[in-house]
Amino acid sequence: MTVETNSKMTEQDVRSFSEMNGEPSWFTELRLRSFGEAQTLPLPKPDKTKILSWNFTEFPVHTVQSSVFDSIEDLTEDIKSIVDLKQKNLYIQHNNTPAFSRVSEELAAQGVILTDIFTALREHGDLVKKYFMTNGVKTDEHKLTALNAALMNGGAFLYVPKNVVVEEPVQVVFYHDDAEASLFNHVIVVADTSSKVTYVENYFSTVPHANGLANIVSEVFAEDNAQITYGAVDTLAEGFITYVNRRGRAARDARIEWALGMMNDSDTISENTTNLIGDNSYGDTKSVVVGRGSQKQNFTTQVVHWGKDSEGFILKHGVMKDSASAIFNGIGKIEHGATRSNAVQESRVLMLSEKARGDANPILLIDEDDVTAGHAASVGRVDPLQLYYLMSRGITKQEAERLVIHGFLAPVVRVLPIEGVKKQLTEVIERKVR
Amino acid sequence: MSTLVIKDLHVKIEDKEILKGVDLTINTGEIHAIMGPNGTGKSTLASAIMGHPKYEVTQGSITLDGEDVLEMEVDERARAGLFLGMQYPSEISGVTNADFMRSAMNARREEGDEISLMKFIRELDKKMEVLDMEQEMAQRYLNEGFSGGEKKRNEILQLMMIQPKIAILDEIDSGLDIDALKVVSEGINQMRSENFGCLIITHYQRLLNYITPDHVHVMMQGRVVKSGGEELSHKLESEGYDWIKVELGIEDETVGQA
Repeated sequence: MTVETNSKMTEQDVRSFSEMNGEPSWFTELRLRSFGEAQTLPLPKPDKTKILSWNFTEFPVHTVQSSVFDSIEDLTEDIKSIVDLKQKNLYIQHNNTPAFSRVSEELAAQGVILTDIFTALREHGDLVKKYFMTNGVKTDEHKLTALNAALMNGGAFLYVPKNVVVEEPVQVVFYHDDAEASLFNHVIVVADTSSKVTYVENYFSTVPHANGLANIVSEVFAEDNAQITYGAVDTLAEGFITYVNRRGRAARDARIEWALGMMNDSDTISENTTNLIGDNSYGDTKSVVVGRGSQKQNFTTQVVHWGKDSEGFILKHGVMKDSASAIFNGIGKIEHGATRSNAVQESRVLMLSEKARGDANPILLIDEDDVTAGHAASVGRVDPLQLYYLMSRGITKQEAERLVIHGFLAPVVRVLPIEGVKKQLTEVIERKVR
Repeated sequence: MSTLVIKDLHVKIEDKEILKGVDLTINTGEIHAIMGPNGTGKSTLASAIMGHPKYEVTQGSITLDGEDVLEMEVDERARAGLFLGMQYPSEISGVTNADFMRSAMNARREEGDEISLMKFIRELDKKMEVLDMEQEMAQRYLNEGFSGGEKKRNEILQLMMIQPKIAILDEIDSGLDIDALKVVSEGINQMRSENFGCLIITHYQRLLNYITPDHVHVMMQGRVVKSGGEELSHKLESEGYDWIKVELGIEDETVGQA
């Protein structure tokens, strides 16, 4: 079921792939330019994690062909466990294949677009062109952003027009059940002026082991006075080498709120940046992580304040067990001119075993006087006094630990707007910390 | 009837001996009060009975209906029927008060015999009303951001929900205003029965105006130095502790003084 492509993609391969997808010529050019950049650009340098020996470039095949789902009833049982059959606005990608999509008539009539990235390029080329790696993520930031553009083989596009308020959450599932597949996904979420939307994505592996790469970029744009809530539960399989970059750009009076459950079993480098460009913009990032086995991970969460009166909050809670290790970099950056901004962050890591490693690095970079900022960080074990308290009520030690850990990871679980996804994250946490 | 028997209990913390031979017997149906100035070992006694990880029992025994309490883990002690209302309850983020209490109640029940959600909520509502607690307290995270008074009420709420055989209440009255004190006392008085025994640890006689003890004990220098009935607490209220010190030839009542 695989399309034969060499893992060493050539410029010609990129061109052919682009043409096969019927992409507009500007995009083919963008791919080729990025492909050139990728040859010379260095890897990113996540603080305190050495990744030079990680394989971000070799993969078994570029694209695999997977089945499509003709109707929502035809979804696999796995997918049905996280998707409500009544879910009105839904896109499902099966490995690299756009497999199912639907948008309610009401939203479609209002001009809301939810589709795979290739259809978006063909049918909404101008809109995609406006946002695709223009002022969100740039192709030439480093080798991995360049590769993402050059080799993009999946992704989604969500556009909410001016003044449209999407009440029900939009759900996107990246379903991975082929060990040979690689995910070069690119997601664009745009909430135009004064609109509002909640987007929830699942990176959902159902195979125990993966041989491919995951190079994921999400660009999220909240235009003036718009609001975006972006939820994610990532459960990519062990064996992937994962690079995931989720970046938001909030214009004037805009809000972007992230709730990220980063539960991959793969080695993972995650960047999550919110640029508070406009005055009075607001960014809130909540992320929770469980590391297990011999996983190595790095989570850099950054909120950059450019606009005046902008407010940014970072909350990161990580649980590390076995010999897993993770670095949690939290960066609150206030640029010159962003007066009366407020940058607050909290990073906490719980270690469940002797060999686990966790490192929380709160960083405040402030280039303006009239601001407020704060940070808190801690790394430690489950508090014995908390266990004592719970046990003094008859709760077993095991159950007490479970309660404390679930409580510790609750900030993201609580705010995920789709019941099935909330339940899934709870179950993943349960499974991973056991 | 259940009986908690403490015999010749010696306890140390970080190599410092705090309790130096405490003897005490508490039956269900009885309310005991332990009074005494600061630093005499009252709270250590409470923590040692429950099994606080920092306290080490070096000598003596604690039994509940003949069962060796010191051999039990903290959770086993609780399931055997002991309860400690703590002076400084932990805050646990992300765990709601209601979920926690339901877990505690179900910990005492067999699998498959868990308390139904409806019944639990009915019980909880009823008891929160007695304690004059806002409904929303049930959905707040366990003790997180609770005021001192709210924490104390919450301890008593747990007591009323769990219905232990023997409860130890460690300075449950400290930091309470008079209205809260009345409410908390009402909760404890509702527990009074043939099947419930209680050890109240307090600095102040004030609480005993609302909860009449059957037995009053005074601790000094890590021992129970005097026991009596309710009248003892009144005498302590009016005359202080000095007369006991004179009677027993004690100069400094705190632990570590011979």
